[in-house]
Amino acid sequence: MEQPGRTMLDKIWDQHVIFKVSDDTDLLHVDRHLLHDLGGSRGLLDLKSRNLTVHSPELTFATPDHAISSAPGRAGTSKIGLELLAALRLETTASGIQLFDVDQPGQGIVHVIGPELGLSLPGSLIVCGDSHTCTHGGLGALAFGIGSSELTHVLATQALIQRRPKTMRVKFEGKLPLGVTAKDMILALIGHAGVAAGTGYAVEYAGSAIRDLPVEGRFTICNLSIEFGAKMGMVAPDEKTYEYIKGRRYAPEGAMWEQALKAWKQLPSDANAVFDKEITIDVTRIQPQVTWGISPEHVIGVDGNIPDPTTIDDPARRVALETALDYMGLKAGAPIAGTPVDWVFIGSCTNSRLSDLRAAAEVVRGRKVAPGVRAWVVPGSETVKRDAVAEGLDKLFTEAGFEWREPGCSMCLAANGEVVAPGQRSVSTSNRNFIGRQGPRARTHLASPASAAAAAIAGAIADVRTMER
Amino acid sequence: MPKPFTKLSATAAPIMRTNIDTDVIIRIERLVGNGIRGTLGKWAFGSLRYLPDGSENPEFILNREPYREAEILVTGSNFGCGSSREDAVWALQERGIRAVIGSGFGDIFFANCFQNGILPIVVDKKIVDGLAAEVEETQGAGKIGIDLEAQTITSPNGKTHRFEIDPRRRAGLLKGLDEVALTLQRDDEIRVYQAADRNARPWIHFAGKQA
Repeated sequence: MEQPGRTMLDKIWDQHVIFKVSDDTDLLHVDRHLLHDLGGSRGLLDLKSRNLTVHSPELTFATPDHAISSAPGRAGTSKIGLELLAALRLETTASGIQLFDVDQPGQGIVHVIGPELGLSLPGSLIVCGDSHTCTHGGLGALAFGIGSSELTHVLATQALIQRRPKTMRVKFEGKLPLGVTAKDMILALIGHAGVAAGTGYAVEYAGSAIRDLPVEGRFTICNLSIEFGAKMGMVAPDEKTYEYIKGRRYAPEGAMWEQALKAWKQLPSDANAVFDKEITIDVTRIQPQVTWGISPEHVIGVDGNIPDPTTIDDPARRVALETALDYMGLKAGAPIAGTPVDWVFIGSCTNSRLSDLRAAAEVVRGRKVAPGVRAWVVPGSETVKRDAVAEGLDKLFTEAGFEWREPGCSMCLAANGEVVAPGQRSVSTSNRNFIGRQGPRARTHLASPASAAAAAIAGAIADVRTMER
Repeated sequence: MPKPFTKLSATAAPIMRTNIDTDVIIRIERLVGNGIRGTLGKWAFGSLRYLPDGSENPEFILNREPYREAEILVTGSNFGCGSSREDAVWALQERGIRAVIGSGFGDIFFANCFQNGILPIVVDKKIVDGLAAEVEETQGAGKIGIDLEAQTITSPNGKTHRFEIDPRRRAGLLKGLDEVALTLQRDDEIRVYQAADRNARPWIHFAGKQA
């Protein structure tokens, strides 16, 4: 009889089992534990207060990203932000943990630097006290966000107790239309299936449109897994993956590279693997997406109209829509395009890599930011920043009227005090349009870097396809 | 180490909006900094509880009697989605919440609850809606009973519903177990795994130092 096929999740999971805890729960080895300034020193101090030490500091890496200012020279980092940075430096040094500090190559948003440094690898198990850790799944890693208690557990044991999730495969099939990006693909999926559709699942993204995507686009797809409800999202590694990793600072070399490559090629799900759930999306029908509400599932094509709650039967959903429209200050039934904006934010672990900045720059080139719009570009890492500067992208953006900032999370979650003012409207390349996410009463519309750039130029939500050359 | 959870009979507050995210449960600026534990309860649901001028929003359920004393939340679907911040659970806990009942929760929030001795109960949406309706019919006077040992919820009208829970999670809550200490008791097995894995996958263990 034929052996039942194994999914990529099965293969990576089984590789990491140290011992079985119960029928469906295992103690898993953690290959990479990434710390940031918001929770890193907190976890290390928690450990110290229990008289415990870091189990495997050589598998633990830290960088400040959440609470530091993105202003030139890091001016304006709050007192608390500076305290967190100082504590991260002190505690990582004391524990022998590698820190990628500000202004050094390697610093940046933790989900940008992991892959960039070659720390995140196919088949590896990566955790971080941040829900967007699923981003690293773009390389075929099993990566997920954890809470503070789990973080302390990993520091103390280099392992984590986890219940095996169900498996889902989402196939994106077809050729992406012009002006449509990875961000639009994943937003369209969330709009189609809802923000809870992935709850309890590890999602594998597959299909011809995923294979066609460059690795950085796969990070964007996996990044929004958590907005689909799934804490784990992944893409099978392929030649593009290996090419991306080769030569990076912490990537294996020589004979070890060959050994790793052999193992990585075994990772993709077997052809006869069975998933608990399957969804197929035809990408040829996807428009550039923009959110209109307070949940990532509140999303429509940029040429669409804002939904009308009076047409919704389910009372809970109707109330949710009414709440969203009220918060966003939008009129039911009106076209979303043409909605005036105050802010444009290009950055975050979703869309701050070199390819994202290039896509935005392509729209901005030779144009000016509309009067009254404040527009920021916050590169994802020190390396992204330097590479972009080498290409002249900083000049291109600043000459068009954008502000060019230092790498970090910045206005995605506003932990560093960089906020959109109350009532103001922002088009953002980040991942969450939640109430108050970018500042109290701030109104956020999620979109791709190209769409965000188009909004900056038009001074309103705009269809990037009408601006392409 | 979490406090054990066994039985509870308490005022319940229905917060039925769907997809309440952890940013709404606790805003980011309240959790930037070490030593924030004990300061969060006041800011739980801050954007819903307070008006822009800082005064209490009289419309919000936790600002009304008897819901101010609620120890149970009956929630809309996908409560606790979004950010992994465990501070959301701490904020609820500091506000006096000991259990949440809903048709589904954000995965990371769900796990964080158990780490702090808060019981998240997943039951069918019909049961959740029924519990909310019964609580509202009594203007909050009708209490909800939870018995973790028996895995039952008793509604204000005395209807009993069974709920399912991972046996390991249940045992952990009943006893208030410290997972870190339990895992460290078997550290020799972790070390054995790592020793074997250094040979099997050296690229994981010798990052940047080619072995």
